[in-house]
Amino acid sequence: MRLVTRRLGLYAVTAWVAVTVNFLLPRLMPGNPIQTLIGKLTGQVTPGEIRAIRLSFGLGFHQGLIAQYFTYLTQLLHGNLGVSITLGATVSSILRQSVPWTVGLIGVSTIVSFAVGTFAGTWLGWTRGSRLDSLIPTATFFQAVPYFFLATVMLLIFGSDLHWFPVLGAYSQNVTPGWNWTFVSNVIRYGELPVISIVLSSVAGWMLGMRNMMITMVGEDFVLMAVAKGLPRRRVIMHAARNAILPSIANLSLAIGLVVSGALLVELVFNYPGVGDLLLQAVLNEDYPLIQGIFLVITLTVLAANLIADVAYFALDPRTRTEVAT
Amino acid sequence: MKTLRVPRSPKVVTGLAIVGFFIVLTVVGPWIAPDNPSSTAYPALLGPSAHHWLGTTSLGQDIFSQLLVGARATMVVAFVAGLVATLLSMTVGIAAGYLGGLPDEGLSMLSNVFLAIPGLPLLIVIDAYLPVNSRSNAFVIGLIISLTGWAWGARVLRAQTMSLRNRDFVEAARIIGEKRYRIMFSEIAPNLLPVLASSFLFTILYSVGAYVTLAYIGLTSTSVWNWGTMLYWAQSNNAPLSNEWYWFVPPGICIALVGTGLALVNFGIDEFINPRLRASGLSSKQRKERGLARRTRLGLTPVSVTRAPTPRSLQPNPGVAE
Repeated sequence: MRLVTRRLGLYAVTAWVAVTVNFLLPRLMPGNPIQTLIGKLTGQVTPGEIRAIRLSFGLGFHQGLIAQYFTYLTQLLHGNLGVSITLGATVSSILRQSVPWTVGLIGVSTIVSFAVGTFAGTWLGWTRGSRLDSLIPTATFFQAVPYFFLATVMLLIFGSDLHWFPVLGAYSQNVTPGWNWTFVSNVIRYGELPVISIVLSSVAGWMLGMRNMMITMVGEDFVLMAVAKGLPRRRVIMHAARNAILPSIANLSLAIGLVVSGALLVELVFNYPGVGDLLLQAVLNEDYPLIQGIFLVITLTVLAANLIADVAYFALDPRTRTEVAT
Repeated sequence: MKTLRVPRSPKVVTGLAIVGFFIVLTVVGPWIAPDNPSSTAYPALLGPSAHHWLGTTSLGQDIFSQLLVGARATMVVAFVAGLVATLLSMTVGIAAGYLGGLPDEGLSMLSNVFLAIPGLPLLIVIDAYLPVNSRSNAFVIGLIISLTGWAWGARVLRAQTMSLRNRDFVEAARIIGEKRYRIMFSEIAPNLLPVLASSFLFTILYSVGAYVTLAYIGLTSTSVWNWGTMLYWAQSNNAPLSNEWYWFVPPGICIALVGTGLALVNFGIDEFINPRLRASGLSSKQRKERGLARRTRLGLTPVSVTRAPTPRSLQPNPGVAE
């Protein structure tokens, strides 16, 4: 249990750091970005709206930094992330629409990528030294390509040229959103290419990690023992793989952040209506409340995903359950 | 100190060649570029030809020159970020691993927090608030990238330091009264060299990606040529969808090649650290030369070590190392 409590503590601290960074950045950055923004907006929006912006950054209160901080925290706890400057709606209502798309897309991609990579890595580790090893440099190449570049190339070849996949957006203009099969299958169809490109970019990491652990495991006595007992090959592989997968799962929680970072840009390329696309718009329009809201929501979601991965690790590795383990 | 014996597997040689090529390009790129990358003197959207090896942009700029000039900015930022991040992770990782106790708790917490926060969104938030003139400064951008990229290295180094801290040579240094920082940086750090090198390469790899990404979404100055801004201009002029592949494919390939090169060199370092991986990286011919089984067999993953010849009677049965 200690492990889970420790991790919970870590994520609580991380969440607090993210919130505090979010609070301090606009207030302490050189060049006073908020003042510049207000200067730019004057004349374009009503004085009332400018007052609202000033208030949301604590500029209208004549409060000290500490008092502003507590006002900010109170607002956050009420789910109040401020009002978007360009879209004119509250940040939380905008995010409520785009977060499910991102969670769906990246969640599915991560699970597929992890599963495929682990299986491939197990096999590569088992047949180490064979001709299959020549897959490794290829996989490395795909890993080194930025996610968004690979996505662009995939979009071009398989979307625009070959017309194998529908592109741009999360569903066709001709279907109405709702919980019915027509819509759901349409969403799946539109999600295929984005998922494939995220998987291609991220699978190599899992594969190589698993391969290296497999090679180390295969040298262990317990695997030799399993062979000596005359177990069928499949059972032996399973035996080794079950032990080799543990570091992968331990790393899962840390890798999620990296995958999310890359995948956000894939949304951009495919015009997917998720958080990544929104973030770019917000950055281009210097919509600071929206940028901050997105950052906070992404961070908290990643932390939640990390916690799930940690619980899985805890459930799979009995050693973490003994109190001696640190 | 032992010299690094990087295994001469084809992977590592290829990696070193690629990385070497791009380092040379970083230095000479802007000098050998045939044109000023910003000059709009040519017709727009020419395809590749003898005059313009990679064609021209929609503004009539020479793409090949942009690629050559852009190499420097991309690599310099990545190098600055890699260097700063490695120094940070070295300090935090070794201190945490060696000191233990409360300092370890604090420093580990710090690096875990930075690992858990997704890097790119944090980068974007920080960058969005930067004054515009700082966005073109390679060192400012490098510093910010290093801030999001040091934590992984610190974690690895901490674990390695913990396995070293009770070795005899560290114990000896402690007994003769060496200062703490001397033990950490003169006794322990040199023994972590392969791990340090690996984490340095990894951070450079990360930084190339992070910098290019920031530039691609237009968050660095668009007037500084790097591979990311090239992609930014290509994307904003719809080059991918109008089949102007010569505009957006070359920078992408360059980024991927740098990354592949660094990763391949890193494999070499991994094999150096873990001898079991080393044997699996050998070709069958090399394996035969070292007296290892032609095909590694189960339970007998050979550990490949080049050592002085042992007397005949002590030599292990070929293929049954260990």
